[in-house]
Amino acid sequence: MQLVVEARGIHKHFGAVHVLKGVDLLLAERELAFVIGPSGSGKSTLLRCLNRLEEPSSGSIIVDGVDLLDARTDINRARQRIGMVFQSFNLYPHMTALGNVTLALRKVAGKPRDEADALGRAALARVGLADHAGHTPGQLSGGQQQRVAIARAIALEPRVMLFDEPTSALDPELVGSVLGVMRDLRESGMAMVVVSHEMGFARNAADRVLFMDEGVIVEAGTPAQIFEAPAQERTRTFIGQIQKH
Amino acid sequence: MTAWDRFLETFFNPAVMGRYLPDIVKGTVLTIELAALVIVSGLVLGLALALVRSLGFRPLNLLIVFVVDLFRALPPLVIIVFIYFGLPAAGVPNWGFVSTWLSLTLVLMAFSEEIYWAGITSIPKGQWEAARSTGLSYGQTLLTVILPQALRLTIPPLTNRTIAITKGTALASVVAVGEILGVASSAVSNSYNPSPLTLAAVAYLILFFPLVVFGRWLETRMAWKR
Repeated sequence: MQLVVEARGIHKHFGAVHVLKGVDLLLAERELAFVIGPSGSGKSTLLRCLNRLEEPSSGSIIVDGVDLLDARTDINRARQRIGMVFQSFNLYPHMTALGNVTLALRKVAGKPRDEADALGRAALARVGLADHAGHTPGQLSGGQQQRVAIARAIALEPRVMLFDEPTSALDPELVGSVLGVMRDLRESGMAMVVVSHEMGFARNAADRVLFMDEGVIVEAGTPAQIFEAPAQERTRTFIGQIQKH
Repeated sequence: MTAWDRFLETFFNPAVMGRYLPDIVKGTVLTIELAALVIVSGLVLGLALALVRSLGFRPLNLLIVFVVDLFRALPPLVIIVFIYFGLPAAGVPNWGFVSTWLSLTLVLMAFSEEIYWAGITSIPKGQWEAARSTGLSYGQTLLTVILPQALRLTIPPLTNRTIAITKGTALASVVAVGEILGVASSAVSNSYNPSPLTLAAVAYLILFFPLVVFGRWLETRMAWKR
C-alpha cells in the first residue's frame, strides 16, 4: 500500500520539556487516522511537525515521497501538498472568503487570477459556501469560517489534510456542518490526520484511532478496539473519563 | 491712543502685514516642501527598519533598537543643531534646510519604526501559521497577510505622530531656513512689529488644522471592527 505520510522516530523538545518521545505515524492513501489523548499529550505538536510548523528535534518525515527534513527540500513547495486546518480558523480578516482561498493559488501555485478564482469558487462550493465568496470572515459564523479554512487548504489539492481540533472553538450547533464537510472529504478519498475530541466522528469515520499520552502513542487500533476494548490501562482510563460526560 | 488700538497696531498692523505677506507665503511653500520630504523619507525609512527587524536577526535588531531609542530620546532641536554645525558638509548650499530634513527624518523614522513594529507584532501568530501552511514564503506572508492588517492598526497613531514631528519644521528657523517661522522672525526684526508672527500663526493653522481634524477622523474610522 502506498504511504502518504511516513513519520518515524519523531522527537521534539521545547527547552527542557520533552514533548514527543519517538513517535511513528504511517498513513496510507485514503486513510483517516484519528488522534486522541489528554491535553499536553503532544498530539497537536505531532500534527504541527508533519508540515514543519514545528521543527522536530530528530526523526524523519516523508510526505508524498518528499523528505521534509532534508535541507534541500523546498518546504514552501512541499507544504502545498499538506493542507492544515486550525482550531481558531485563522482566516485573513482583511480578505473575502474567495480572497482567502485564492491567495496561495496565485502566490504559491502561480495561477493567473481568473483561473485561481475559478478554482477558489469550486473549493468554496465543495464546502457549501459557493454563495459566500464575497463575504469577509467577520460576516461569517464560526462554522462557515472553518469551512472557508478547509476550502483554502483543499483548493491547493493536497495529498493529505491535517486537522488540529477543528471543532473545538465552535458553538455546539455549528459543529455538525464542519464534520459534514470532513466526512465528504473522507468519502472523496482524502488522506487525513485528525486531532479532535469528536468521538462520535471518530467511531464512524476513522480507519484507525491513535491514543497518545505523555509524548508517546500508547495504543493504536480500529475505533472499535480503542473505544470498546482498549488493551492498555491508560487508554481505558482516558476513554472512561471522556465517556462519563 | 487706547490700549485696544495699541494692541491692534502691535499684532494686526495692516501695513506691516501687507508688506510681509509675500514672504510668509514663500515661507509656507518652503514649510510644505520640507514637511513633505520629512513625511515621505521618515515613514519609508521607519517601515524599512521595521521590516528588517521582523527578520529576527539579533545583532541587527539590537542596533536598530539602539538607533531608534537614541532618536526618540534626543530633542529634535539638538539633533538639528548637531547636524548643522557638527557635520563636515556644513557650508554646502541650503545646508540648514538639508540638516533639518535629515534630523526630522531620523526622528520620524525612529517613532514610526516603533509604531510599525507594534502593529506587526500585534497580528496573531495563527495568521503566520495559516499562510505558511499553504506554502507562502516568509516574505509573501509578511507582505500579503501581515502588513495589510498591521498598517491598518498603525494609521491612527502614525498620523498623530507624523503631525507632531512635522510641526518641528519650525525649528529650522534656528538654522537660518526661510520657512514660516524663519521669515516671520526676520520680518519682526526688520519692521520692529510682531504682526508677521500673527500671519505665521495663521499660516500654521491653515496647514495643520485640517491635518489634526483628519487625524481625529481616521482614529474613529479605523477603530478595528470585528
